[in-house]
Amino acid sequence: MARSRPEPVQVVKQRRDAALKALVDGVPYIGFLGVRFERLGDELTAIMSFDEKLIGNPRLPALHGGVTAAFLEITSIIGLSWSMLWEDLESGAVDPERLTAGHLPRLPKTIDFTVDYLRSGLPRDAYARAQVNRSGRRYASVHVEGWQDNRTRPFAQATGHFLMPRRDG
Amino acid sequence: METEKDRVARQFMDAIPHAQALGMRLTLMEDGRARIEMGYDARFVGDPETGVIHGGAISALMDTCCGAAAISHPDSPGITATLDLRIDYMRPATPGQTISAEAECYHITRSVAFVRARATDDDAARPVANATGTFTVEGG
Repeated sequence: MARSRPEPVQVVKQRRDAALKALVDGVPYIGFLGVRFERLGDELTAIMSFDEKLIGNPRLPALHGGVTAAFLEITSIIGLSWSMLWEDLESGAVDPERLTAGHLPRLPKTIDFTVDYLRSGLPRDAYARAQVNRSGRRYASVHVEGWQDNRTRPFAQATGHFLMPRRDG
Repeated sequence: METEKDRVARQFMDAIPHAQALGMRLTLMEDGRARIEMGYDARFVGDPETGVIHGGAISALMDTCCGAAAISHPDSPGITATLDLRIDYMRPATPGQTISAEAECYHITRSVAFVRARATDDDAARPVANATGTFTVEGG
């Protein structure tokens, strides 16, 4: 059976990384908090580099609870958008060049977000990964975990519900 | 002249680098109630197409306001950390407008403070978001 030759790896990587960068760079608040994303295949890890302005309690010191909430919410929204975008990107339904030119998909809107603070956030880098537990036409439910030095000792976790952007077509 | 209440409020805000970074202004902090304002800033935008502030910035405002309400309760020894915070986003905040959060610590035990809050923009009759949280109660 004839099978088309797979694309060269650097072409695939470049397309995916450019799409992710366009998605993340489009949101000013992600840059304000200093959050970036690393990609392995379709899996994203959010990284928030430590900065003094993220501190809530300077005596401990500890990250601000609002920073933790924001970091997890950013990870959820980008994770959810990426999972939608991934399929369109791989199927060719979305042109990566249009994305990098600023034609970004509408982002999901947060309906509610509940953060569970497990330990105080230390004054160092933090990581988070989101898992889309359900993604329907209108609503999605996402769980996210944040950790610092030790992946098995999360400092916070959250669950949120999101209103999906209309996919007119 | 600065009153004792003003001094406590000012010290609370000055001590929080992230509240400074977001430009928060505390306008009330007494008897388990707090009010904090956050001006519109293009750096806090979450939706580039509409210019609406990111939910995360509203979470930070709500968390700070709830914490201020918890430690200003007469039965609080003065230190707190967030245990749990839920935010319901009822509508997008109107771009360009200041967001104001008001929190109330409606119950406190020796260990836990229960707090609720709401955030509004210029149209105070239609809240932007509601929050419910539990906070630790710790000594100074």
